[in-house]
Amino acid sequence: MAVLTGLFNRYSTLIQISPLVITLVLFLVGPVIVIIILSLWKFDGFMTLEGVWTLRNYEKIFTRSLTALNYWQTLKMFLITWGITFVIGFTLAYFLVFDIVKLRTKMLLFLLCVVPFWTSAVIRTVAWIPFLGTEGIINQAIMGLGLSDQPLKFLLFSEFAVLLSYVQIFTLFMMAPLFNVMARINKDLIEAARDNGASAFQILWNVILPLCKPGIAIGTIFVIALVASDYTAIRILGGSRVGTVAASMANQVYNFQYPPAAATAMILLIVVLLLVGGVMRVVDVRRQL
Amino acid sequence: MREGIKRAPGFWPRATLFYLYLLFLYGPIFIIVVLSFQGENASLSFPMQGFSLYYFSEVFDPHYIGDYRWPFGRSVILGLIVMVLTMGISFLAGLAFRKNFKGNILVFYLVVASLICPSILISLGIGIGFSNLGLTSQWWSGGLGAHLSWTLPFGVLIMLAVFSRLDPRLEEAAKDQGATQWQTLRHVTIPITLPGLVGVALFGFTLSYDEYPRISNVAGEHNSLPVELVNALALAATPTIYAIGTMTTLFSLLVIFASFVVVYFMQRRRRGYGAKKMLKEA
Repeated sequence: MAVLTGLFNRYSTLIQISPLVITLVLFLVGPVIVIIILSLWKFDGFMTLEGVWTLRNYEKIFTRSLTALNYWQTLKMFLITWGITFVIGFTLAYFLVFDIVKLRTKMLLFLLCVVPFWTSAVIRTVAWIPFLGTEGIINQAIMGLGLSDQPLKFLLFSEFAVLLSYVQIFTLFMMAPLFNVMARINKDLIEAARDNGASAFQILWNVILPLCKPGIAIGTIFVIALVASDYTAIRILGGSRVGTVAASMANQVYNFQYPPAAATAMILLIVVLLLVGGVMRVVDVRRQL
Repeated sequence: MREGIKRAPGFWPRATLFYLYLLFLYGPIFIIVVLSFQGENASLSFPMQGFSLYYFSEVFDPHYIGDYRWPFGRSVILGLIVMVLTMGISFLAGLAFRKNFKGNILVFYLVVASLICPSILISLGIGIGFSNLGLTSQWWSGGLGAHLSWTLPFGVLIMLAVFSRLDPRLEEAAKDQGATQWQTLRHVTIPITLPGLVGVALFGFTLSYDEYPRISNVAGEHNSLPVELVNALALAATPTIYAIGTMTTLFSLLVIFASFVVVYFMQRRRRGYGAKKMLKEA
């Protein structure tokens, strides 16, 4: 028994970290290795030729003009989503931290923002259809008010619809880390800035915003990951008009074009890792946790 | 006296934005609930056709194409398993990270990579990996792994944040008073980090219960609820989907409410326990 306890104490760190490492090796590193191998297999248009190695899948990605188009659309969706979720998320976090005084109200309002996330994401996405469709609420309202005599078609099955659902869902992922860092800002700093004659804008720009950097970084990482990965919202709300990298990859998987899909996935993974790596170079996320 | 409060400049615009955002969040959910009470042969969209509980009975109709009872049950069970595993693994990892073990930076980056890895890559990778081993991935094997790859980053990041705020002097004090390692863990570390652990549990359950892209290829012949829903959408979209939405939302609200009651009583008990002990010693 004493030997066992001694062993346990000696290797306690190893015992504590190994469940995490084993799970991630099995279900993250493993799949990535499988995908790397798969991406190097030959695909003749109908079936995967196992064990026949080729770089053709990657070559195709870099020579197809569609690739650039897909990445451009993904980047555009990310930038728009990031911009809007940042402005809304920052304002909401600011409101909760600085405008609401009572802790209980703060928690209640924060909870109100979280509750909708317990409705299935798929259903929540479908729910935009009765809003945005040609006979949907918005079109009824617009036509009822006489603003247009025809239903607006761009509302549903479009980039607009996808962006709307992104903003609805991803704002929380931006707001939560911002809330977390803002709540830790020492109020004396703001007071000191005000005493020294700083305007409200100067306080925001020179005091609060710099202190929010780690929150912005974490929120940005979330939004990058979410936009780069999503294809459910695109499938439900995008019609066939939205072609992000993830959506085109999902199509390839759907048509059993596994090796090309694998190559696309690897390139996307590298791009996302580089982006997130860049964010983490600017802000030491871990030290701020 | 509250009327006398001078609001900070920009308070009202910010408040307006906040409540508009809430409206934006809740609007679609409200519409789901309303539209789930339609009569037979209704569509997914307005105008509302009739009023009945037809689509609720449809959910429980075993002859219906998608019988949603089993997928729902599976999603709840999977969510609970993922929840428990995420809690345990994240807590242990949090303990290890405090000691800055060799290679901790590598493991940290692995956790971040797990968060940002494109979902299809995980899904396809696990699916192909299983079939190359001669196995078929099921919701409780490959599906479970796919979900853990999504929930663990959140769990570990939360635990890192919780442990970085935990004052190590509390544990040192316990040890100085002669508590064993196990006693310190059981009576000091776990109780203090409990709110964080509850957070991890809630995150773990929700993220799993709701997850579609990572499990989409690896659920096997028995689907989880989100997979079943997406399949149903592709086949024939009826307001049955809204009825499920209404019921699962109600279920979720009950779960949240229950967990809050549990946390409330735990805190009360703890406070009461401390007070009683002090009285006894006095």
